[in-house]
Amino acid sequence: MRGARLALWGGFALVLALLPLGWRNDYYLSLLNFIGIHTILVVGLNLLMGYAGQISLGHAAFFGVGAYTSGILTATYGVNPWLALVAGLALAAGLAFLIGVPALKLRGYYLAMATLGFGVIVYIFFVQAQRFTGGPSGLSGIPALSLPGFTFHTPLRLYGLIWTATLGILALSAGLVDSRLGRALRALHDSEVAAESLGIHTQRLKLLIFVWSALYASLAGSLYAHTLNFVAPSSFDIMFSIKLVTMVVVGGMASIWGSLLGAGVLTVLPELLVVFHDFEVVLFGAILMVVMIFLPRGLVRGLLDLWEYRHFRRESGGVSG
Amino acid sequence: MPSEIFGAVLQYLISGLTNGAIYALIALGFGIIFNATHIINFAQGEFVMLGALCAISLYQVFPSLPAAFLGSTLLVTLLGLLFERLALRPVKDRSPLTLIIITVGGAVLLKGLAMLWWGKEAYNLPPFTGATPLHLGPATILPQNLWVLGVAALLVAGLEAFFRLTLTGKAMRACAYNPVAARLVGIPAMRMVQLSFGLSAALGAAGGILIAPLTLGVYDMGTMLGLKGFSAAILGGLGSSLGGVLGGLLLGVAESLASGLISSGYRDAVAFFILLVVLFVRPQGLLGGRT
Repeated sequence: MRGARLALWGGFALVLALLPLGWRNDYYLSLLNFIGIHTILVVGLNLLMGYAGQISLGHAAFFGVGAYTSGILTATYGVNPWLALVAGLALAAGLAFLIGVPALKLRGYYLAMATLGFGVIVYIFFVQAQRFTGGPSGLSGIPALSLPGFTFHTPLRLYGLIWTATLGILALSAGLVDSRLGRALRALHDSEVAAESLGIHTQRLKLLIFVWSALYASLAGSLYAHTLNFVAPSSFDIMFSIKLVTMVVVGGMASIWGSLLGAGVLTVLPELLVVFHDFEVVLFGAILMVVMIFLPRGLVRGLLDLWEYRHFRRESGGVSG
Repeated sequence: MPSEIFGAVLQYLISGLTNGAIYALIALGFGIIFNATHIINFAQGEFVMLGALCAISLYQVFPSLPAAFLGSTLLVTLLGLLFERLALRPVKDRSPLTLIIITVGGAVLLKGLAMLWWGKEAYNLPPFTGATPLHLGPATILPQNLWVLGVAALLVAGLEAFFRLTLTGKAMRACAYNPVAARLVGIPAMRMVQLSFGLSAALGAAGGILIAPLTLGVYDMGTMLGLKGFSAAILGGLGSSLGGVLGGLLLGVAESLASGLISSGYRDAVAFFILLVVLFVRPQGLLGGRT
């Protein structure tokens, strides 16, 4: 089991390393870079939705906090980009903590509402605070990330950076789910009451996961800012938050690899089908509704469950489960 | 000088109360569905948009405002009933997460379909009775402002009468208090849930039609209106009808005063700032019971 899993990770890393060799097309590489950035965002949201059973309808705002903190600090104030990235992480975590503490004390819808309100306020701030953010037309001149003697400014170099980060985040998340904390998370996922009766502090756990997912979003935002060298408010609106939720829903709840799949499919589809663009909003809405009505664990996960169920039924001679 | 300030404040109050009345109608819609099902219907704002745009289209075909008002409200009510039947009743996993995602998906889908049908341009609906401003001391008031306030008040009063005086209304309240007991005494709970969706769709549509002559009708107007109506509902206390009205009016006035006296750019942020403060300080809202 452990060997198989290691092989899976190794194979994935190998594919990632070999991809650019056969595919040295800047457009494809940029597309892959965006898939990586979206994957980081979606894994975090997936942990929150899949394990804590909570939803953030303002994840684009944490993404934006990372992107704008990096952008403003480096482009306007000339701060070292790596320091700016850390500042973004700190700010995103602080904001998530501020929202999470009161909202997670209450059951049910409160985090969804609070993040929604937060998302709108942050978006309005990006548009209105022209002195800092450049207003609706955005902030340009964000430098590339660099190491001594090496600048990440071509799609290929960025590919190396972004996918190293993405692979790290995927591994970290898988490790988290497998740890003691992860077992508590799964207990929380299965039954909040049962988890509490086992002595798991569910409220603190949910808060931790929420802050954790905000950190991922901020990291993705900083990478995004240094990849495009430009940020504008329209990338961080409610619709983007909803797209991220759709990616989680397509990939399946509580699934690390599903996050990669959901981010991949919904980043590539609009690029592949030009017609998709006009129908994008309709399609995202339809996917959200249809999947959640029929397969509330998410598309891929739900289909796998259905298949397993059929398979199991056939093997055990038609006894329904 | 003080009289000038008084005039300006009065003017902000008028526009604040007008918007607030619309928020109140939307907030009531959220409350009715919440009471019946404990669902937050994030598609509520889209009913408002559809109300406005359907009325505008109907008016273009048959230029009679009362007919457009009634026809559009009827259409959107049917849509609300359909939404409950097709998107929410078949759901087996009734966790908040699933239900939130479904109504958010519904909102996005309706908005997208409206964009395909009506395009991205804004449409005009003529005011109900002329556009000659009336003078109210140092401020002016449009006849449409009065229509909004009057019809909204009438709708709220009618709704209250429905819940207090009719058998169906009482049955709906019984379901809200205790669905199991209500079912035991023979109230068809499922019918009541469906009715709640029809009612709040109708309220939303009416709000959209009332405000359309003042703000134009666009495919994406529903998102902001819905979210503000929702903030109003939380401010007043989700599920309390008096709270919804109070929350809506307070929010409208706060927003209008803040945008007039402080900065108009942050106008839309006021509602959400209030939402966050209420969630942190008094999550049950001004008039809500303990949650």
